Amino acid sequence: MDKIRNEQIRGTVKVEQFGDKAREARLRWFGRVLRRNRGYIGQRMLEMELPGRRRRGRPQRRFMDVVKVDMEMVGVKVEEAVDRARWRQMIHCDFQLLQVTVRDALNQAMDEELERDERVFLLGEEVAQYDGAYKVSRGLWKKYGDKRIIDTPISEMGFAGIAVGAAMAGLRPICEFMTFNFSMQAIDQVINSAAKTCYMSAGLQAVPIVFRGPNGASAGVAAQHSQCFAAWYGHCPGLKVVSPWNSEDARGLLKSAIRDDNPVVVLENELMYGVAFEVSEQGLSKDFTIPIGKAKVERPGNHVTLVSHSRMVGHCLDAAAVLAKEGIECEVINLRTIRPLDVETIEASVVKTNHLITVEGGWPQFGVGAEICARIMEGPAFNYLDAPVIRVTGVDIPMPYAKILEDNSTPQIKDIIFSVKKTLNM
Amino acid sequence: MRKMLSLISSALRLSAGRTSLAVQRLLAAQGEYVDMTLDPDPPQHPKIHPTPVSGTHRVKRDPPSETLAPLVPVDLISVNEAVEPDWTETLRSERSHRDKPVVTGPPANGSASVGPEVILDVSTKDEMLTALANTELLISHPLDGAGDAVVQQAAVSESAITELLVSSAALEAPSPVDGAAGQKAPDRTVWATAQTPALPSAELTPPLTPSSMVRRSRNVDLTRHPESVHSQAGHAAIPEPQPAGSRVVVSARTYADFTPQATFDIKKCDLHKLEEGPPVQAVLTREEGLQYYRTMQIMRRMELKADQLYKQKIIRGFCHLYDGQEACAVGIEAGINLTDHLITAYRAHGYTLTRGGTVREIMAELTGRRGGIAKGKGGSMHMYAKNFYGGNGIVGAQVPLGAGVALACKYQGKNELCVCLYGDGAANQGQIFETYNMASLWKLPCIFICENNRYGMGTSVERAAASTDYYKRGDFIPGLRVDGMDILCVREATKFAADHCRSGKGPIIMELQTYRYHGHSMSDPGISYRTREEIQEVRSKSDPISMLKDRMLNNNMASVEELKEIDVEVRKEIEDAAQFATTDPEPPLEDLCNHIFHNEPPLEVRGTNPWVKLKSVS
Repeated sequence: MDKIRNEQIRGTVKVEQFGDKAREARLRWFGRVLRRNRGYIGQRMLEMELPGRRRRGRPQRRFMDVVKVDMEMVGVKVEEAVDRARWRQMIHCDFQLLQVTVRDALNQAMDEELERDERVFLLGEEVAQYDGAYKVSRGLWKKYGDKRIIDTPISEMGFAGIAVGAAMAGLRPICEFMTFNFSMQAIDQVINSAAKTCYMSAGLQAVPIVFRGPNGASAGVAAQHSQCFAAWYGHCPGLKVVSPWNSEDARGLLKSAIRDDNPVVVLENELMYGVAFEVSEQGLSKDFTIPIGKAKVERPGNHVTLVSHSRMVGHCLDAAAVLAKEGIECEVINLRTIRPLDVETIEASVVKTNHLITVEGGWPQFGVGAEICARIMEGPAFNYLDAPVIRVTGVDIPMPYAKILEDNSTPQIKDIIFSVKKTLNM
Repeated sequence: MRKMLSLISSALRLSAGRTSLAVQRLLAAQGEYVDMTLDPDPPQHPKIHPTPVSGTHRVKRDPPSETLAPLVPVDLISVNEAVEPDWTETLRSERSHRDKPVVTGPPANGSASVGPEVILDVSTKDEMLTALANTELLISHPLDGAGDAVVQQAAVSESAITELLVSSAALEAPSPVDGAAGQKAPDRTVWATAQTPALPSAELTPPLTPSSMVRRSRNVDLTRHPESVHSQAGHAAIPEPQPAGSRVVVSARTYADFTPQATFDIKKCDLHKLEEGPPVQAVLTREEGLQYYRTMQIMRRMELKADQLYKQKIIRGFCHLYDGQEACAVGIEAGINLTDHLITAYRAHGYTLTRGGTVREIMAELTGRRGGIAKGKGGSMHMYAKNFYGGNGIVGAQVPLGAGVALACKYQGKNELCVCLYGDGAANQGQIFETYNMASLWKLPCIFICENNRYGMGTSVERAAASTDYYKRGDFIPGLRVDGMDILCVREATKFAADHCRSGKGPIIMELQTYRYHGHSMSDPGISYRTREEIQEVRSKSDPISMLKDRMLNNNMASVEELKEIDVEVRKEIEDAAQFATTDPEPPLEDLCNHIFHNEPPLEVRGTNPWVKLKSVS
């Protein structure tokens, strides 16, 4: 009972958060004051400046300051207070699905799996006392101690190998790379030791391990710390590669990965860590997992199919929202798993929309998009295509540092919109 | 040996003056000795009784033991396996309450069939002790004459002896004597054998040096049915409680041809950050010796066969042969338990064998057949077994893996350890130093073993390493440098290292100095970077198999014929395995995609073209 989170209890009985309720009350009062006739003392007080010298230091927060923030959060403007019914409707604090950041979703997933299975342990650089370089493992060391949350020295190849060895001997390690860029130091252990052993031993030796960490372009860290490894690891048989986009993906896929009996690479995205997403009630369950190898249609549409993974799924949805205003309905598919690739879902969508665009942050050559193009061409959906498949990818360069250059190195929403219109011949 | 015999005889003389019902029989059963160093202060020079006393001691000498006449004094009673009537009569009259003295099966070989049996008459405990103090005694069980008997050692404490004497004295009731020696289970009899390895055949028994006859004290093994001995072979000494009413039968085996165990001086290990090293003496029992010999021979023959098959183009790809380094694999395995873990590099055939793989499975894997240990999917470098994690083709990559296995041992709270092997070439890999660091930091129960065969491919150690003291390269990790050509040395060092790990002191490094006779792999003739003379010299001077063989032969622990017999068996086994490996069908094509994942529902796998749809099951 004590392990159940507040959010879950509130979610079950559909109760709003106290802060939201207080905000609603504040805005209701504010609207009422505004609607009173001019000269009402309360109304005058809202804008009154106190005479005399202001005290030193930060100005104290006044009612209006708080209300301004409230209005911003709720998304209402002062003028709208005139209409009482509308105002009340707008400020009404409805029960909302829980907002969880991707970081917290990952943290919860690990926490629950550590609790569920004694064989699971986390090791990596700064995962324990530092709470994780990106704070993904925050609090776990305090809860599980040195035995199960292990800080390693900076020796990727060594600790990745140790993790694989421990997996061979029956444990279920979660090996965190501070970022996947550093996993290249250890890529031999990931591929030669983890991915191939089961096959080489004709099934005798299983390697149940999770390699996880932030992947893809980060912000302002230049070439060596910004690249996508989906194609790298997606290339190798024996590995499973997942690439979550939102909190639910992150939670469900990581839990599945930890429970899997095979090596799974979990490619998180650093830029998504702080982004909050609603997580359904069902998604908060301790038994919630997302099957590896299944894509998800995030938005149905019938004019063009956008296939994407990780952060670019958000870009696709934004582009789809813009295009919807122009009457173009995009079907957005969130791949979730890079390997094994869920081609069936893509094919089914292509059969419906007859147009396909792939969107990814990685480099174009031999990338995820390239693979999807090839698979579509080899499969039955090819005959349903009304236009060539288009890849929207990162620019074929090492990531530059300057912001303007960096922004132009990865696909932006406008690039997706442009490509859709090109494909649809508009 | 002569000295020993004279010691025994003198001890017997000492006790010969008295007659007693408590006659102690010394049956020097082949291969079974117990240290009965009971007297805290044994006489330095045993007094020789001026005249042997007849009547209490009877000597029966069979023709082959005639040659021993000058060596074996009259008070050593030699009894042939076929117990002669008058002897039995004597026994009956003297010790009518006793069980049959036992023993013996068919001789190991014709010439080694006869050995002396010693009957001691000891009336008092003191006499017994005095006698024993001057002899090497072993309580043992009789052995099957085939020569692969269990070698048991026993230490009998003074109190035990007292007990025996008391019990034997107390027992007066006659018991039937079975005429067929060795058929009757001497269940209530303790067999204590004097270390009088009988020396039936002169050619087989070069004189033992006194240094090789060292007192031992280990497990006590008591009576066992002679017939059960054979099935017991291979088991460690099983202490049995002393049954009530048993008595001491100290005897020389009737066919006691072989020294059951001997102690050897072994090369002292170089130490790094260790106060104390492994012992400089090692005890080898006959049983162990034969087992090591057989395993090493199998390894050697298997590799030579692999060489042959490779040259016939039946084995493909990389093939790294282990011949020359056999002492390492067999010695390490002898120093750890099967429940411990092991991981090695690509020269993996030997370890696959010691970890439980069969020659057939290994050979079939080399030829890529269905019956291979990895069903033909791994090949030479990738073989796995229980608690054996390969076979890793990436030089040095197995070292962190091994440390990970050790981490799992520690995590799971098992008192197990991981032996992690690598070569002198891999010793220069960066990840090894990363692993040293973490293993030491986390006190992982891991034995890092560097098999230094002097060449990493074709680069000699001096050309590759700034420091060739591989046992010191862990810096903060204690290390040992061990003679890797001497199986006893390797075994003792491994035991020492295992104890170190199990005591929670963290990892330890061992450098085994060894040598490979073949080139790095089959594509390397192995002579461009070293001379044929060098190989020849190692072969002739420190071949691990020859070394063990010489030791066993020189100390009368085995006969040439016996070892030859083993060789023949090994050859047959290898031939049989090779036959299997060349005739076993190739893996079925349906197996092509299987085992990509573990415990997964069937998976579709793309073939070489989009129309080829394959299936993978776990």
